[in-house]
Amino acid sequence: MSAGRATAERKAAGRPPPPVVLLPALLVAAAMLLPPAYLAIRAFERGPGEVAEVLLDPETLAVLGRSALLAGVVTAAAVAVAVPLAWLTVRTDLPGRRTWAVLAALPLVIPSYVGGFVLVSALGPRGMLQGALEPLGVERLPEIYGFPGAALALTLFTYPYVLLTARSALRGVDPALEEASRNLGRGPWETFFRVTLPQMRPGIAAGAILVALYTLSDFGVVSLLQYDTFSREIYIQYRSAFDRTPAAVLGLMLVALAAAVLALEGRTRGRAAYHRSSAGASRPPAVVRLGRWRWPALLFCGAVVTLALAAPVGVLLFWLVRGLVGGESLQPLWVAAANSVVAASLAAAATTLGALPVAALSARHPGVMAASLERLAYLGYALPGIALALSLVFFGANYAPALYQTLAMLIFAYAVHFMPQAVGATRSALLQIKPSVEEAAHGLGRGRVMTLATVSVPLAAPGILAGAALVFLTTLKELPATLLLSPTGFETLATRIWSATGDAFFARAAAPALLLIAISALPMYLLTIRERVR
Amino acid sequence: MLGRLFSLFLLLLLADALAACGQPPPEQSGGRGGATVAEATGGGETTSEETTVSEPLVPGEGNLIVYSGRTEDLVGPLMEQFEERSGIDVRVRYGDTAELAATILEEGENSPADLFFAQDPGALGALAEEGRLRPLPREVLDRVDGRFRSPEGLWVGTSGRARVVVYNTEELEPSELPDSIYGFTDPEWEGRIGWAPTNGSFQAFVTALRVLEGEERARAWLEGIQANDPGVYPDNSSIVQAVGAGEVDVGFVNHYYVFRAIEEQGEDFPARNHFLKDGDPGALVLAAGTGILDTAENPEAARQFIRYLLSEEAQQYFADETYEYPLVEGVEPAEGLPPLSEIESPRIDLSDLSDLEGTLELLRETGAL
Repeated sequence: MSAGRATAERKAAGRPPPPVVLLPALLVAAAMLLPPAYLAIRAFERGPGEVAEVLLDPETLAVLGRSALLAGVVTAAAVAVAVPLAWLTVRTDLPGRRTWAVLAALPLVIPSYVGGFVLVSALGPRGMLQGALEPLGVERLPEIYGFPGAALALTLFTYPYVLLTARSALRGVDPALEEASRNLGRGPWETFFRVTLPQMRPGIAAGAILVALYTLSDFGVVSLLQYDTFSREIYIQYRSAFDRTPAAVLGLMLVALAAAVLALEGRTRGRAAYHRSSAGASRPPAVVRLGRWRWPALLFCGAVVTLALAAPVGVLLFWLVRGLVGGESLQPLWVAAANSVVAASLAAAATTLGALPVAALSARHPGVMAASLERLAYLGYALPGIALALSLVFFGANYAPALYQTLAMLIFAYAVHFMPQAVGATRSALLQIKPSVEEAAHGLGRGRVMTLATVSVPLAAPGILAGAALVFLTTLKELPATLLLSPTGFETLATRIWSATGDAFFARAAAPALLLIAISALPMYLLTIRERVR
Repeated sequence: MLGRLFSLFLLLLLADALAACGQPPPEQSGGRGGATVAEATGGGETTSEETTVSEPLVPGEGNLIVYSGRTEDLVGPLMEQFEERSGIDVRVRYGDTAELAATILEEGENSPADLFFAQDPGALGALAEEGRLRPLPREVLDRVDGRFRSPEGLWVGTSGRARVVVYNTEELEPSELPDSIYGFTDPEWEGRIGWAPTNGSFQAFVTALRVLEGEERARAWLEGIQANDPGVYPDNSSIVQAVGAGEVDVGFVNHYYVFRAIEEQGEDFPARNHFLKDGDPGALVLAAGTGILDTAENPEAARQFIRYLLSEEAQQYFADETYEYPLVEGVEPAEGLPPLSEIESPRIDLSDLSDLEGTLELLRETGAL
């Protein structure tokens, strides 16, 4: 891109945002502020003494360190697993690459409270794997509890976030750039690392930030695998003390930690351009022929899918069959399944709509204002579900009693929780559109909003839909808010799984868990095999 | 193209949801609760309660809103029976006991709940302390032994759960097990114990230990177990699974989990219960219980519900289906369980177990949490 054009575009980007984008973005941000506001109310209701007590506890610092370490390691591992998978399934002639793409993305929908459980029963010291190895004289497997097990489980169930965002970023990379690099005499590896990977950066970062924050918020895995993080501490406080102050202080610290993670990510955002620079129609890049490398590539995909998807599904099937043989009868799941799908669809629609102004602001009018609003949208994502749910219980019951425990309230809760997923996907899609296209539409007399609606959104549709699908899939398995904020008697597949596992009825948990995975497969299929919109 | 398909798929679902909102409520006939989107999607389940997704229920005459910390798998059938008997429409919100207690506290005066059905007395105690429960009628309280109800008459136990030591039958004979919880601090148990320090029942036991033995003895026990490097599990059922798998040899749990594991995995599941003796704190009997909220719109319906839970029929259900102890005279526990009167449990009132704060503190100081 020529220097002159770059300045022109940067100037365009620096223009103050129009109110039609800014106002809705501010509204969304206000909603995002509810959980931290509630935590602040609860933390300080008995004066600063209590806050200081929690803050100065040496144990708190240790928990902080453990949480940060886990988030860092899981994020790095998820990127290391997901980027090669994305490249293999988008750019190469890997046999069955579409199937691999769908299968590799599916672990996203396995609830962590199921995944952790399965991992323990499969890989525990005396689990199923040990049982299979017993004839070989293996008495016990090494402990998986603690940091290694928690990191492994979280990596397996979160890398799909990066896989999805990296795949759509990879599709958006202009092959002309890579061809130019090859024509300049760079080899394929160098081109990948110096051209392709930097172009994928916003996409990878969007997924990585979700993994990091999700890891901070997860309770299911860390409690099953006995690793003590902020989230687990917060749950312990809520579950045993009925004293909401220490939990709120820890929650605020978690929000601060999330803010630090986001600041770190913001520092790495350069001023690079991610849209096509050349004129002419975009075209699909050439397919990389793997040749002999096909086998290690297949082995890699196979190993990941086996661990993250086949193993959990296998264990669930085993529980189901064992229960049926033992005389368990299958309960009908239609109502729960229908409720799950309806709630998740509405949540996907609402969240995508809310994410649009925030993402547009961040992609098109970068600045302090845009950056802060976008960060705000992410903060609540690091909070464990129970803290978020209770904050909305507090505001809902006391300030919006007419809406409390209605479907609308539940959808609102999902939107507050999953907003970052939609914002990230939408933002990186908008970044890949050339601003001059929008400028042209604007210059031809279309208003800002019309331009956004008729030019930018259709062009960014794949990314926006990817965000919506992500929200749909994660809403399906959401638990704490579903239990506390749904209309009374509203059951979903997630609540059915929870109910059964809580009482150790594994056979009863298996059927809804398998159905949840099956229902997720269709949107996941559509999401992953969708070819580039031309 | 496929993107459009996906949008179409979402639109279809939306249409279903809206159609369902406009459905007239189907006839009630018991069955599982739930909103009836299925009616519209051809799910074909006709045995569900009438909750249309769009209408929040108005509390008041003729219906009862229950917050239940006990799961639907266990107590759902009781709810349905009660509905049939009384003609009162019961709406239940299932969740974690402690989370629901926190929810009621956050809802404050606007709580829609009439009745709280809890896994453990701790949560009921917390609500009683905040002045959120109404006194229960004397005749209701008198149905259960004084040990299993609040001294102020604010809540009443509905079923009993004994603390036991679950052990792996392939590794151990009952005769090799200590009769006191203190026996497990012996170094011979190193690496063989499973416990769940975050579990409510376990914490109630530690509170009882502090009340009965004093702070220092309780601390010594916790440190002794810690020295034996116990496996830390999130809940009772995980401990029972781990004992069955031989991951650990013994675990501190409630008595009914092993029965459920045997029911699901067969008689050869290699774990059984061991009851401690001589009024040992480890032989504590806890109770699940219920109380009526101060915000209840319909306290009479709530009282009727509690009367039903303490009826012979419901007590028999607890005995047969959940393997818990019935608390009402004249109802026998499940086969294979020693009668409540034979458990050599310590003399303690459940209402004395309210100092959870102190217990958490101690668990933290000893590194158990």
